[in-house]
Parts: sequence; C-alpha cells; structure tokens
Amino acid sequence: MAQIKVPVVRNILQANERLAAENRRKFDDAGIYVLNLMSSPGAGKTSLLEKTIEGLAGRIGIAVIEGDLQSSYDAERIQSKGIQAVQINTDGGCHLDGNMIQIALDSLDLSEVDLLIIENVGNLVCPAEFNLGEHDKVMVLSVAEGDDKPLKYPLMFQICSVLLVNKIDLLPYTDCDMNKIRERARQLNANQKIFEISCRTGEGFAPWLSWIEEKVSGHKKLQRAKN
Amino acid sequence: MPQVCIGEKSDERAAVHELSIAESLLGILVEEARNHGIIRIRKVKLQIGELAAVVPESLAFCFELVSRDTIAQGSEIEVENVRIIAQCLRCDKSFEVEEQVFLCPECGGADIELISGRELCVSSIEGETGE
Repeated sequence: MAQIKVPVVRNILQANERLAAENRRKFDDAGIYVLNLMSSPGAGKTSLLEKTIEGLAGRIGIAVIEGDLQSSYDAERIQSKGIQAVQINTDGGCHLDGNMIQIALDSLDLSEVDLLIIENVGNLVCPAEFNLGEHDKVMVLSVAEGDDKPLKYPLMFQICSVLLVNKIDLLPYTDCDMNKIRERARQLNANQKIFEISCRTGEGFAPWLSWIEEKVSGHKKLQRAKN
Repeated sequence: MPQVCIGEKSDERAAVHELSIAESLLGILVEEARNHGIIRIRKVKLQIGELAAVVPESLAFCFELVSRDTIAQGSEIEVENVRIIAQCLRCDKSFEVEEQVFLCPECGGADIELISGRELCVSSIEGETGE
C-alpha cells in the first residue's frame, strides 16, 4: 500500500459560491436588486423591514424572503403589509445558504419585483460566511447590544456595506457610546454607510430609504445598459 | 402562505455552521480521494484565514462526526492560520491588518483590497492508495 500526498487547492464553500452566483444571475436577469439583511436576534430586522416597506410602498415593488429557525411569524407580519413573502425554516440551521434561496425563489413571482430583501437567521457569526447572491449585505445593530460588537464580530462588520444602528431612542437608557460604534466600524470598513435609526419612532429613516431607492434605480439602469 | 422547511427537505440541521462546512469539506475530500486513487485518508491540511468566522476546534469536532464510516474516518486535520493581509488601492502598500484596523498605515486610505485572511480551503490530502 502506497502513501501519497496530493496538493489540492479548493475552497470548502465552493458549492455555495456556485449557487450564490446562479442566484445572482437570476436576480440580474430579472433586474432585481437584492439585500441580505443580518443581525443578532432581536436587533430589529423585521421591524426595520416593516417600516422600510411602509416607506417605499407604491414606489418600489418589494418581495421578502424570511429566514428563521422555526415558525412563519415573521413572514406573516410582512404579508399583512400586502407584500409577497416566503418563509424559510432552517429547522435549527444557523444561517441561510445559496441553495435555500434557490428553493424559496420558486415560490415567488418576481415579475413585479424591483427589490428583494432576504432576512437572514438572527446571528452575527455564521451568515457572514455564506453568500446568497445578494448585491449588498446590510446589518442591523441595536444600541442595547453594546458598542463592543464591532470588536467581537469583525467579519460581519467588515463585509457589510451598510450598518443600521437601531433603537437610538433607547440611547439615554444605555451605556452604549455611538462614537465608539462609529470609530470601531470605521476601522473595520471605512466605506460602510452608517444610518442611525429608530424603528419605533421612525427617526433617521429618510436617508436609509433614499439610499435604497438610489441603489434600486442604479441597478435597473445598469442591467438595462447590459441588456 | 409559501413556506419552505429546509430540515424536512434535506438533512441540513446545522446548529453551528461548522457542521455544514464539515459536510462540504467531506464532499471535497471524498471526490479528490477518488480522483487520486486514495482509498484511506490519513491527513488533511486546511488553510483558515484569521478573519474567517470559523472555529477550527469546532470544525474538527464536526468533521469527526460527519466522517464516521467514510474513507476519511480518523483522519488528522491540520490547520494553517492565514494572516490578514490587505493592499491599499491608493498607495499600493501591502500591510498586515492588526488590531482589526483595515486602514492603510502609510496613507490612511480606506479603499483597500483584502489579499488574504478569509481562506477556508483544503490545501492537501495524504492517504493510502490501493496499490
């Protein structure tokens, strides 16, 4: 019996990368701009979605994919706003992956959709490693979680184009220092857009909504030029 | 309402993502072993970037579980950590990212390209051939 050693250079996540690229092609062909929304549990992803949908209603066609370990509670919340939503239950899985998105897309009618928002499973670690085919990654951090989070979850902050700091109405009741969040996030990703918002009061939403609208129309123009 | 339950459709019940990464790893190893005539895998070298959100010990533990009763059962996993290296797009300087500061130490530029640090790769497989 011979012993051999073979050099192999292969990305362990290549299967997911391939599926994410397929999803991306599908989104681009349909002219749909896609966001992958991530945060820890309870930071306010679904409330953000509700408020964002209210703010953009009538101007942009929106669909939502909801990822959760269990229950269809979130998708029901979104559907009650009159928006197409499909719920993925990962049944214990800590993140969404490219394959789950492919399955979910089969349940959506994309013909009238300009913007697809994928709400990932609440978790600041695992979803960071799995591309879904999105155009931008967006994270929500609530001030109640503390200003140390950029130090503890560097990859998540590094890869997200947008950081939404939520629950700023609670700032007077916490020890969270906004300057520390801004500075720590800047060191990890100086090009990251930061929006300070409150889903409860609606404060700070206008610039966030304008950012999305610019992205959606920019994406449409780009895809039209390509075709 | 459309609802997709992944746990019922596949066997994906990954409480930690290291489990799904370990499953992907096993798939790659079995395929590469077949391509190279390896019938028993003894050692696997991985490269894991320091920025990757993966705990090597957890990955090794999950791999031990998923590789049971396969040609990779009992194989040794050796992890090479890859440092975070970035290059400034403004002044071209390459630098190691320390203390999580992704800014160019030379010119302070924020437009940087990550050269390494996110690796999650198999680099080599050792084993026995049937010959």
